[in-house]
Amino acid sequence: MLAIRNLSIAFPGAAGPVRVVDDVSVEVGRGESLGIVGESGSGKSMLSLAAIGLLPRTARTSGEILLEGQDILRMGERALCGLRGRRIGMIFQEPMTALNPAMTAGQQIAEGIRLHRRVGRAEARAEALRLLDRVRIPDPARRIDSYPHEMSGGQRQRVGIAIALALEPDLLIADEPTTALDVTVQKEILDILDELVADLGLSLILISHDLGVIARSTDRTLVLCRGRAVEQGATAAVLRHPTAQYTRDLIAALPRRARAGLGEGPPLAAGGGAR
Amino acid sequence: MTALAKVPGAVLRLRRGRRPGSAALLVGGVLTACLVGIALTSLVWTPEDPARMRILQKLRGPLVSGALGTDHLGRDVASMLMRGAFNSLTTAFAAVGVGVGLGTLAGVAAAANSRLDAVLMRVCDALFALPPILSAIMLGALLGPGALTAIIAIGVFMIPVFARVTRGAAMQIWAREYIMAARMAGKGTARITAEHVLPNIAGQIIVQVTIQLAMAILTEAGLSFLGLGLPPPAPTWGRMLAESQTYLTQAPHLALAPGLAIAAAVLGLNLLGDGLAARLDPRRRQAS
Amino acid sequence: MTAPLLSIENLTRDYALRGRGGATRTLRAVDDVSLAVEAGSVFAVVGESGCGKSTLARIVMALDRPTSGTVRLGGDDLFALSPTALARKRRDFQMVFQDPYGSLNPRHSVGRIVAEPLCLLDDAPRGRDRQALIARALEEVGLPGSAAARYPHEFSGGQRQRIAIARALITRPKLVVADEAVSALDLSIQAQILRLILGLRDRHGLTVLFITHNLGVVDEIADRVGVMQAGRLVETGTVREVLDHPREDYTRKLLAAEPTLAVLAQRERRAWRAGPLASCD
Repeated sequence: MLAIRNLSIAFPGAAGPVRVVDDVSVEVGRGESLGIVGESGSGKSMLSLAAIGLLPRTARTSGEILLEGQDILRMGERALCGLRGRRIGMIFQEPMTALNPAMTAGQQIAEGIRLHRRVGRAEARAEALRLLDRVRIPDPARRIDSYPHEMSGGQRQRVGIAIALALEPDLLIADEPTTALDVTVQKEILDILDELVADLGLSLILISHDLGVIARSTDRTLVLCRGRAVEQGATAAVLRHPTAQYTRDLIAALPRRARAGLGEGPPLAAGGGAR
Repeated sequence: MTALAKVPGAVLRLRRGRRPGSAALLVGGVLTACLVGIALTSLVWTPEDPARMRILQKLRGPLVSGALGTDHLGRDVASMLMRGAFNSLTTAFAAVGVGVGLGTLAGVAAAANSRLDAVLMRVCDALFALPPILSAIMLGALLGPGALTAIIAIGVFMIPVFARVTRGAAMQIWAREYIMAARMAGKGTARITAEHVLPNIAGQIIVQVTIQLAMAILTEAGLSFLGLGLPPPAPTWGRMLAESQTYLTQAPHLALAPGLAIAAAVLGLNLLGDGLAARLDPRRRQAS
Repeated sequence: MTAPLLSIENLTRDYALRGRGGATRTLRAVDDVSLAVEAGSVFAVVGESGCGKSTLARIVMALDRPTSGTVRLGGDDLFALSPTALARKRRDFQMVFQDPYGSLNPRHSVGRIVAEPLCLLDDAPRGRDRQALIARALEEVGLPGSAAARYPHEFSGGQRQRIAIARALITRPKLVVADEAVSALDLSIQAQILRLILGLRDRHGLTVLFITHNLGVVDEIADRVGVMQAGRLVETGTVREVLDHPREDYTRKLLAAEPTLAVLAQRERRAWRAGPLASCD
């Protein structure tokens, strides 16, 4: 589906170019979910911006990002516009800033639908309603006419996902989609993303700093450290038998509870014993 | 010729430079510095006494008598323009001083106290609603024309401008966690305002000061034009413009000189304000 | 059993909200909360956003007043004290905030930031003694004393949080409230800061009220924990009781939603179960 080959991204700095992504290669197959994990400044967001051709103009890139054979880095702005949304959907960390505050949820979803297919208003609205239902927003018939500020963070994120889905993309990139949300809401949002991969056969790139989220929702994992890919492989293998010291450090930094039950055995058992 | 040819290149290079607002800052800074320099020079030296009338040499063109010619009373236009710069600037500075002083006080007070906020902002609304020139005419009728009238008339209308800007900026600062930390240190509103709020909004106030100075120069010229500024014989740009009207066809330089001076001063201060705003805006600073 | 250092009784805080059409309704941010924290222990308040945990923290820090109820610190009712007495009392309780970028004034030097609470002391040291005290406070949180002359933007998020902790500790308070103090930090930094707080607790017998949304962090740092939901404290107990044997449905729901690596095993079992079934069809 998407193949990144030897991608490097650099920005001009005061003391020469600063490499934020350094020779990273990774692939996502159809219906597969890839987790990209790293701490702040690891370059994980830059990688996702590169994949939809939204890097800042000052960025210098080398390598290639192939979406079914086409190199995104060498596409013109027109081609990129056709690609964003239609082929690759994006879900952002803070849905409040990603949504238009002056439009209702239904209008924003319908806008995408009508951009994509020639359908009438009523039909687009019906489709928007169906999408809102698909992302399991409570009371979709009422929420379709709600403005972003009238919704909770979790509801806004569901609308954000619905907007991404409206264009029927093949690949979803979710950049820290649940970082701003409560854990119970996070679980619901991740459930929806899991379903989209399982039921619709979408590919998913899930960017997160949280290994628990990565463990839960991804098939394969790429570990980034200061722009370098220090480790990648099947999520279970990477987390159970990390080869890179950095991955081991990341796991060791998890609270005991989050680390517990990494092996086989009943979940949530073995609390950690005496302090 | 070579010097002239170099200027656009320099401006372009500045525009491409990494620091935002550099070109505006440079042009605005130079214009403003010239203005202040000329105004101060006029105190110690002018080509002629700006008040000296030489009826026999009236309405001479530029370079015929003096650099910029003479007016209908034979006074040296260049000298009047220089002294006028001083008069305009002092009135503008004093007026903005009134505005920034009282306005900032009202703004930080409103930001710190929600009950005061409601009252002060309604007062500001009321002040905003008054048309400045008309009110200045009324004030002039009450106090008689003079520097004080101009200063009060302009200054009063700057208070709400500064109050609004200060209040908005201060409210953002009050929402920061370091303000909570200061409250944990037992500091009161006044002390927090002095130590934490004002230093962090000073940049925004300074930007507003430069823009309002330009406004004040313009308004002062307007008031002088209407005869509500400094009384004669003190030369002001506004009155020079007013007096030139009668001789517009005979001696267009009489209108052109003060008109261009006002335009240059306003442009310089506005550019300076824009440049400072760009330089001090943390968002644009991060982008660089 | 010693008397608790901090005891909160029947604390309630209402906010008046102006709804549509000017109608006011009250929002009960904190609803009849009672809890006691023993000296030298870490009490965590855990809950989701909007549960009232930050309002609780603000009231305990006397930055806000309760609608009803009392907050006693070392026996004194904070809201019965005169303003001067409260100001004097403030040296005994300090706060560490969530955002290491917003909690330090960018225009003040680190030394000035750390020394800010010293104005609570009548006998605050001056001159060289003051500089030495600031340097010691910085060294105690693992920063060089020379950091005092530098400015916040020169430090990373974790270092900034250390500066904030140094500020909170400079008056040698008995109680420190940490409001989501590690939430904005990377995991590895988070672990360092938690260790630092525990170390300071052990060295100085500090009492900590730790406000967080993260059960993993609660498990790492707290002795006792209270779970808040919609303004109410729904469950209180030792960390082991609450996390290992939760009594309340809400606590169970929180625990189940927490992302842990244990899901790997769950997913594998699910895949294993799905495997044979699929081949039967």
